[in-house]
Amino acid sequence: MENQIIVAILVSIVAFFTVFVVTPFLIKFLEKRNLVVKDYHRKEGTMIARPGGISIIIGIIASELVLYAFLPSIHILAIVITSSLAFCVGIVDDRRLMGGWFKPVALAFCAIPILLLGAYDSNLTFPLFGSVTIPVLYIGLVIFMIPITGNTINSIDVLNGIASGFTSIASFALSAALFVMQNYEIAIASMALGFVSLAFYRYHKFPARIFPGDSGALVFGATYGTIAIVGHVEVIAAVALLPAIVNSFLFLSSVKKIVEHRQIKNPTFFSDDYKLGATHDKDAPTTIVRLIVAGKPLTEKEIASVIFKLAIFSGALAVITAFFMSVRI
Amino acid sequence: MIATSVYVFVFAMWLLILVGGGLIVTIVGPLSFGGPDGLNPILNSGIKVAIALLLVVAWIFILSQVKNWIFRKQIKP
Repeated sequence: MENQIIVAILVSIVAFFTVFVVTPFLIKFLEKRNLVVKDYHRKEGTMIARPGGISIIIGIIASELVLYAFLPSIHILAIVITSSLAFCVGIVDDRRLMGGWFKPVALAFCAIPILLLGAYDSNLTFPLFGSVTIPVLYIGLVIFMIPITGNTINSIDVLNGIASGFTSIASFALSAALFVMQNYEIAIASMALGFVSLAFYRYHKFPARIFPGDSGALVFGATYGTIAIVGHVEVIAAVALLPAIVNSFLFLSSVKKIVEHRQIKNPTFFSDDYKLGATHDKDAPTTIVRLIVAGKPLTEKEIASVIFKLAIFSGALAVITAFFMSVRI
Repeated sequence: MIATSVYVFVFAMWLLILVGGGLIVTIVGPLSFGGPDGLNPILNSGIKVAIALLLVVAWIFILSQVKNWIFRKQIKP
């Protein structure tokens, strides 16, 4: 136990400081090469560096490899390989505007290393009721899980700091749940994701200096999804991610098809006093941000605060669910 | 007020996950078709997958109704 605490501290330090140190250099590098995009929610229409996925993947690989050095397992290898593949998918999407189906299909292929390495258990465990063995169906679940978590995190990357802040809260909640279930190795892996996203949040929060881009958001989501599979905490991971799943659910049930988010009408408008309000355009999709600002327009910071409180709420539900895992009715 | 509705929806989703999981484990899991000899295991598994998928569709339908009820004011055109 003492050794695991030392490893947890070391991995957390590597995760946080790698991203914390690398990101400012990345910002300068991207700005120098004019790899910037306009922040439409800013008064001056400031240009922001993108993609920040490069520093995120460096942080993930560095921290997970440190964990692998101390606790070698195929589970950690699966996390590193799947995250790296998701980064490649994201960077392609950052450089070229791909169709709505590109990311889900490409991310499904990113799940293949998990299957090849055999880093999964085909028992799906539910709280309170026990588990079911679904060998064939579980393979489908693995293939679907990575596109779902990747696109779910990507879909909430709409305002400064939301994707990184939300991932940080969800990862720490998942880590706490894994500690409750005494799966320390994967708990540390999840903690690394939490610290990587927390360090990136430092530069991504309002006013952002860098955007994660698709490469960053997909790495966040794919790493989170892989941790859920290899840690055998699929249901708990889904609970911690509920606000983002609600967002995707609201979006899909209003749009009724899978489209690239850049191709849809904006569900919010930017008021003269630089607050976001809900649009009255009935063709615009329903999203969590649109619902939050439906009552009155809010600043970007205020919306982020509401979403983070929701993330803490669902994180608490995830930890309660972890306690329910050992209870049978 | 709106934020409260979102909290209620998240909580409702959590409850639906617990109930849905319960149904899968207690009803679909132990199901076996075809009498004492049973069906071919793959066919047996396929039928269970079909039932599980039907449950997922029912789950999404219920969630849609819950969403329409909780956000009835906000999503009215």
